[in-house]
Amino acid sequence: MIQARVLIRPKEGILDAQGKAVEGALPALGFSGIEHVRIGRIVELEADSTDQLEELCEKLLANPLIEDYEIETVSG
Amino acid sequence: MKWGVLQFPGSCDERDALNACQIAATALGSEGGSGSLPRLVWHEETDLSDVDGIVVPGGFSYGDYLRAGAIARFSPAMTAVAEFAAAGGPVLGICNGFQVLCESGLLPGALLTNEKTRFICRQGELIVGEAQSPFLSGYEAGQRISIPFKHQSGRFFAPADLLEEIESNNQVAFRYAPGQNPNGSLNDIAGVTNEAGNVIGLMPHPEHAVEAFAGSTDGLALFQGPAIAATGAVA
Amino acid sequence: MSEQSAQREDKGEQSAHRALGLTDREFDLICEKMGREPNGVELAMFSLLWSEHCAYKHSRKLLKKLPTEGPRVVMGPGENAGAVDIGNGFSVAFKVESHNHPSAVEPFQGAATGVGGILRDVIALGARPIAILDSLRFGEPDTERTHYLVDGVVRGIGHYGNSMGIPTVGGEIYFEPPYEQNPLVNAMCVGLARTDEMVRAAAAGAGNKVVLFGSLTGRDGIGGASVLASAELDEGDDAKRPTVQIGDPFEESKLLECCQELLAEDLLVSLQDLGAAGLTSSAGEMASAGGTGIDIDVGLVPLREADMEPFEIMVSESQERMLAVVEPGKVEQVLALCTKWQTASAVIGEVTDSGTFRILKDGETVGEIRVEDLVDGCPLYDLDPGDPGEWTYPNRETIPADASASDIALALLASPSIASKRWAFEQYDSIVGSRTAHRAGAADAAVLNIPESGRAIAVAIDGNGRRVACDPYQGTIEATLECAANLAVVGAEPLGVTNCLNFGNPEKPTVAWQLGRSIDGLAEACRALEAPVVGGNVSLYNETPQGPIYPTPVVGMVGELPDASRVAGEPWREGDAIALVGPFDPSLAGSELEKQRGQLGKGLPEFEIAPVRQAIELVREAVRSGSIRTATDVSDGGIATALAELAIGSGVGCDAHLTALLAKRDCSAEDALFGEGPGGFILAGEEAGLEKLGGRGVEIEVIGEVRGNEVIVTASDRRVEILVSEAEAAFESLEERIESDQAGITH
Repeated sequence: MIQARVLIRPKEGILDAQGKAVEGALPALGFSGIEHVRIGRIVELEADSTDQLEELCEKLLANPLIEDYEIETVSG
Repeated sequence: MKWGVLQFPGSCDERDALNACQIAATALGSEGGSGSLPRLVWHEETDLSDVDGIVVPGGFSYGDYLRAGAIARFSPAMTAVAEFAAAGGPVLGICNGFQVLCESGLLPGALLTNEKTRFICRQGELIVGEAQSPFLSGYEAGQRISIPFKHQSGRFFAPADLLEEIESNNQVAFRYAPGQNPNGSLNDIAGVTNEAGNVIGLMPHPEHAVEAFAGSTDGLALFQGPAIAATGAVA
Repeated sequence: MSEQSAQREDKGEQSAHRALGLTDREFDLICEKMGREPNGVELAMFSLLWSEHCAYKHSRKLLKKLPTEGPRVVMGPGENAGAVDIGNGFSVAFKVESHNHPSAVEPFQGAATGVGGILRDVIALGARPIAILDSLRFGEPDTERTHYLVDGVVRGIGHYGNSMGIPTVGGEIYFEPPYEQNPLVNAMCVGLARTDEMVRAAAAGAGNKVVLFGSLTGRDGIGGASVLASAELDEGDDAKRPTVQIGDPFEESKLLECCQELLAEDLLVSLQDLGAAGLTSSAGEMASAGGTGIDIDVGLVPLREADMEPFEIMVSESQERMLAVVEPGKVEQVLALCTKWQTASAVIGEVTDSGTFRILKDGETVGEIRVEDLVDGCPLYDLDPGDPGEWTYPNRETIPADASASDIALALLASPSIASKRWAFEQYDSIVGSRTAHRAGAADAAVLNIPESGRAIAVAIDGNGRRVACDPYQGTIEATLECAANLAVVGAEPLGVTNCLNFGNPEKPTVAWQLGRSIDGLAEACRALEAPVVGGNVSLYNETPQGPIYPTPVVGMVGELPDASRVAGEPWREGDAIALVGPFDPSLAGSELEKQRGQLGKGLPEFEIAPVRQAIELVREAVRSGSIRTATDVSDGGIATALAELAIGSGVGCDAHLTALLAKRDCSAEDALFGEGPGGFILAGEEAGLEKLGGRGVEIEVIGEVRGNEVIVTASDRRVEILVSEAEAAFESLEERIESDQAGITH
């Protein structure tokens, strides 16, 4: 089996409301010098092959209209 | 006219939608086909031949855990709904149902988390758009209606070229009244139609504005629209 | 100390039972009942069912004082929730429960699972939940911790209720310093059921199967019992540590629909939810209620983590699980329906006639306890109450002694406990279900349409810890009357009461005194209102090194009304007359103003309940007759605050004079303007409509009229004179003050 990790994040230029909220909280928590916080998702999965992963991302895991994705193969 | 209301695991407002369909049909009398009771359509059903219109209701289908509406679109019933829509059947998506219709490509655009990230629930006002749709036949373009807003992921988004297309094709069904955009939607868009006009989706909840005790009955006409368009019945 | 325990002490024997919260005497009693020492599985089970949380060992004797019977009661205390008949074959089931400590640790999940838990109590009766209400207490909103707690709790409640499609229709939020480290999260659920389809939790029928369905069982919330795994903990295995319970409203939504379908198909003998103490409590109580025995094989329980010990499976508090007793011939259908709703299910045991709770692992017995010993064997304790004789909580001055009446009025409107909570309530779906005739904040009680019975119900939840701290007996009577008053202003009469008693450590004399006096007050008020207590919950040990919380009995009330369209919930209009109704005798004792002046002290003025009840009934009838437009009870902040709130709600001001009140009650101008106490209502409408209410033995006085853009209230030489817009700005100021620096971070 191939272990894969799919990173999904909001497309550049789209307001990421959650990322903005986290970024807004940082000064009060004592963190400075951190910016451009963006929040996405990681989907970990095991697959027989990498053949279908692109399609899986396009159709289900990400919405190409608003999200970018990257597929990382961890081992296999 | 007989409505079918989809039910997914995690749907919340399906009974409310069923109730609204019933009230709308009854109010139209025989011309609205009040004889045929609306029914729930389980997400595994594929035979929609007994219904004349479909509501994809609000809620949190499959917990909305991956992305609002993303999993529901793969249900067998949604495949049937896509065929139903392609044949010109009227399809109404409310809130989560709007998200499902966008995810499945039956409507343009996407819905993102509200700008403030909070869930909001309040009575608000919409302006009826210029879109040509049987669902809007009970309204006048420019009419102001009072409908509850309630959602956490209702920020309408479309890339610039798509947004331009939606606007130039007159596919905007509803906009939030000036100053009332609750979520940061582009161009104040609260609802859109497909190009043909037979598929419509909106974030606000017309099914919660059909009875006097709720404070507004402005949502009724949306459920009556297709029947009015088909028979020339007057609301 | 008994001989056995003395010996144990001498031997320096490790006492696992103490680490689990059992006293030496309790442990000895267990050994005596069993005729041997319990093994690890059994000890874990005893430690939970003999805990305060499950056994109510410090409160059960007192709770027997509460009136529990009435002609409309369908189910009383002892079932998963109480229920009252609302006619036409339907009943309303309801209960309030606390989730204080989990919310203090993890506010979002704590509050979410609190809502999930109370929903399951109502679902387990065979009812469909139709409303949620919440009563919340936090410290003053000036610390980042309070901001964090408020933000998380409000989001958590919304997350669960909204995702389930159950409307949150009302509630209250108070901010007081004693809750700073120990917030209170009490959630109430109201459900609707056909009376003849309601199920009880009692197991019945030896040979019937026990089916567990819902979420998989994991190590969630394995609290004290994890001491039993302490060897592993020492080895640094983090995975074995107790974990915060995580709520999954999607799973519960499926469970709800699945339960409704199982019951509609008549497939269940009995049904029980899994809450605190998990399988141990649910299976034990089912067997106890049915007078049966029960066998559970932990090897058959569907697990989320494969390597769980039998004791862990028995005490796991994984959420969203239900336990059912099913006749063998129907098991297949039950499992099929669970599959339809995509929820895990398994037969995990059997009802027996042995009177014994037997735990097996793959067929081999790993624990065996008599049901009676486990469920009813815990000793009940008498308390040792002691009246402290003086005010024992800190005082803090936040308003200057020489502030003008107008400045006081604005300060009260802006005070966190009084100010608008719209920003919180708007995060809750208050309308799903198409029953909500009055939304949160639009009336003093929420009103739900019940077309099934051709009527409507009203629901309210109230509690004022500060006033109960001043006088536990009077304060609790007031809270109960306030609930009834809130029902009256929407035209509803009480059918039944539920309650959640939040107190500190009952082993301390002051807390014991507070608890005893408070329960006496609750019993007295419920008897006077003829409103039986059909269920409730007790949450003790709410204290930190800074001291106990205010004693906080939270009262939930369900009432009925004939017509949801007559609830006197309209805004008042220019030209309306304003009347003060009832035996209201205002005093600053225990009031919001006295708090702000840092002058709180022990004691509240005494009053008679009967005239208050008469006033409540008059208001109810007046509202039902449709002759008045607006009704509210005088509550926190007194008459001036009540009038200002009505002005804010309508955008129209008022001019009122309290001269007659001053003369009648011989009170000070400040008492009249800002004093609090039971039995006061403000009604507004056409003067003729108000006049009709006279001559019925209830005091009624026209005190002014609705007009202009100012709130003017005059009491001899003191006068509140503020613009409605100023009042509104003060009233809406809390959102900004409480906005957490972390607000918007979704979990």
